Amino acid sequence: MKRNSSGISSAEQTPDASVIHRRKFLASLGLGVTAAAVLASCDKDDDNDNQAPAGFIDLGRGDVGILNYAFALEQLEAAFYTRVIASQYSGITPAEVALLTDIRDHEVAHREFFKTALGSNAIPGLEVNFAAIDFSSRTSVLNTAKAFEDLGVSAYNGAGKLIQSADYLLLAGKIVSVEARHAAYIRDLLSNGTFADNTAVDMNGLDLVKAPPAVLDVAKSFLVSKLWAGNLPTS
Amino acid sequence: MNIHKLITDIEKVDPEVYERLDSRRSAVSQFAKIGGKLALAAVPLALGGMFKKAYGQGNSTIVGVLNFALTLEYLEAEFYTRGAAAPALVPVGTPAVGAINTIRDHENQHVNFLKTAISSLGGTAVAKPTFDFTARGTFPTVFTNYDVFLAVAQTFEDTGVRAYKGQAGALISNNDVLTAALQIHSVEARHASHIRQMRQARNTGISIKPWITGKDTGGIGSNVQASYDGEEITTQAGVNILSFVSASAASESFDEPLSRSAVETIVAPFIV
Repeated sequence: MKRNSSGISSAEQTPDASVIHRRKFLASLGLGVTAAAVLASCDKDDDNDNQAPAGFIDLGRGDVGILNYAFALEQLEAAFYTRVIASQYSGITPAEVALLTDIRDHEVAHREFFKTALGSNAIPGLEVNFAAIDFSSRTSVLNTAKAFEDLGVSAYNGAGKLIQSADYLLLAGKIVSVEARHAAYIRDLLSNGTFADNTAVDMNGLDLVKAPPAVLDVAKSFLVSKLWAGNLPTS
Repeated sequence: MNIHKLITDIEKVDPEVYERLDSRRSAVSQFAKIGGKLALAAVPLALGGMFKKAYGQGNSTIVGVLNFALTLEYLEAEFYTRGAAAPALVPVGTPAVGAINTIRDHENQHVNFLKTAISSLGGTAVAKPTFDFTARGTFPTVFTNYDVFLAVAQTFEDTGVRAYKGQAGALISNNDVLTAALQIHSVEARHASHIRQMRQARNTGISIKPWITGKDTGGIGSNVQASYDGEEITTQAGVNILSFVSASAASESFDEPLSRSAVETIVAPFIV
């Protein structure tokens, strides 16, 4: 059905405020009264959602969309650390191997968790583009890791308010603090003491926060697959 | 389920239901998109979330949560302020001085931020309690023995992360407060990670990672076990994480919440 309120007949257009409110509300959903009846029966699809451009992967809407958004970021991180461990940079220490392997495993756990939880609603596996990363260089690898971890923290912090379900909000909370632990460790590997410096934490002691479009804008340079967030909630 | 009737019924007692729900319209239109049995099963859940968002917890509940958080921040702020000022505690001329000062400053910023947030919601900030950082004699050398100081710091940070996580759901109705709480939550996790690395660097023979493995206290012992109990779980939302990674990694990859009452029990010995 198209976005309109044509289902409201002129006879219904009384000045009663509550009716106007109801009409406005339903119209804002792209639904007239007839549409609401269809909605009530829950047996028909609504085709007025936004369509992803050709070649783009639609993350979806509502909580499913947010979970797919997280799934996409975890895919990116898991792929990155898998490469880091498979082709270790020169001069890597045994302690770094151990903890970077831990991080790889955490990101794999996150990725597989989302994939399993989303089931048939999951977006496909993403194709990554790590051409800009020199996996033999400690500086290149750790700077990329820092960017990914800070991005992950900012993404989960920004996604919290977009989540409807308290259960999913808690799950995001369980993951984001682990990403923050990673971020602090990676930052300290690059420069000890930068775990929460003023590039990550503001004057109120608050961490990074980014909305999905800003996060995806950073992520896209590491992805061949194209993600589309046009159906994600924005508030 | 007749959503139209449901909303009309609510309208009888709350004429502003449409305005309240309006900001949740993407969630409502989602129902129309999903088809079949899955949608039928999902609608009550999603509706519940939507109404929780629209009506949610009142300001008094939110102020209560923020005052709980403020008490924890008072605890941390005074702990680091006193630790940083204690003579011959944090090794002079090492990076530890800067790290402790950074964390101290953040905790004081959190105190001020929460006070402002509480008053902007029309609430009254609780007063700072009097603290006993020996926890009634459990840590008698907390400000004279650097390793004890770091052990207590680690416990405060890891507990703080769990405390904020446990309150996220109670803030779901207020986007601004929820987001700020999440931003504090991840800063506490950065602190926890760094304090753990500082303890590891002390070379005490105990392996301490930036993340929590199982319910391991990192050698601190039974005095702080309550801050780690429950961290060992390896099933998340019914998904067995052991299917993907080792038991250690499965527990490390998800931090667990603590209830307000559990946190209050943990910090009670530190409050006079």
